[in-house]
Amino acid sequence: MTADRIIARLPYRAPFLFVDRIDAVDEQHIEGSFYLDPELDFYKGHFPKQAVTPGVILTEIMAQIGLVCLGIYLTGDDPSATGFPFALTATNIEFYRPVYPGERVKVNSVKTYFRFGKLKCTVQLYNGEGILACEGTLSGMHINKALWKEE
Amino acid sequence: MEQQAYIEKLKPILAPYAKDQEALQHLTRETSFIRDLKINSANLVDVVLDVEEAFDVEIDNESMEQMLTVGAAIDIVEAKLSSR
Repeated sequence: MTADRIIARLPYRAPFLFVDRIDAVDEQHIEGSFYLDPELDFYKGHFPKQAVTPGVILTEIMAQIGLVCLGIYLTGDDPSATGFPFALTATNIEFYRPVYPGERVKVNSVKTYFRFGKLKCTVQLYNGEGILACEGTLSGMHINKALWKEE
Repeated sequence: MEQQAYIEKLKPILAPYAKDQEALQHLTRETSFIRDLKINSANLVDVVLDVEEAFDVEIDNESMEQMLTVGAAIDIVEAKLSSR
């Protein structure tokens, strides 16, 4: 399972695709990154006079790279795995410092367990300077079924 | 181990995940994890992992699917313990 194949299997599309690179992946962990383009729509409102990346967006970046991409890797050899990959079931994230537009954030995720279809990970997100900006745990359930009709 | 001893050992395992504390206080073999305790399927995985640790047993996928009630969980743990 290559990085390109993992990204191709993600169900998200712009403006809600928050993965652009997978730098390393194995059975235990994944590392990836995303460039926060200052033109992203949510910066217009969060906040009008000073753009700051919303915590929910940082959580989503952590979930897409740290949980869903790792989950696709872990289930990727299963030929029946063609449907929607993982649904988020729990988040517990602490935020330490603001992340601004124009930064490339890096995500590092380590698998706690993947059993009975549930993947739980400990995830860290580093800002553009390589400083830890937020961390915590994320969990998701393997769905592997179509949630919509393909055109 | 007596049935009641199993139930008492399961109670603290279920406590963090049970949304219905009333049902937790009146735990019986017939108590359903999902219907009575209102534990969601994602948290049910954590219950099973905690049961594995508490009783030092390994639960396979087939057993997991049958673990819908307190009684079913006790029977599965008992069978694993007696088979070694």
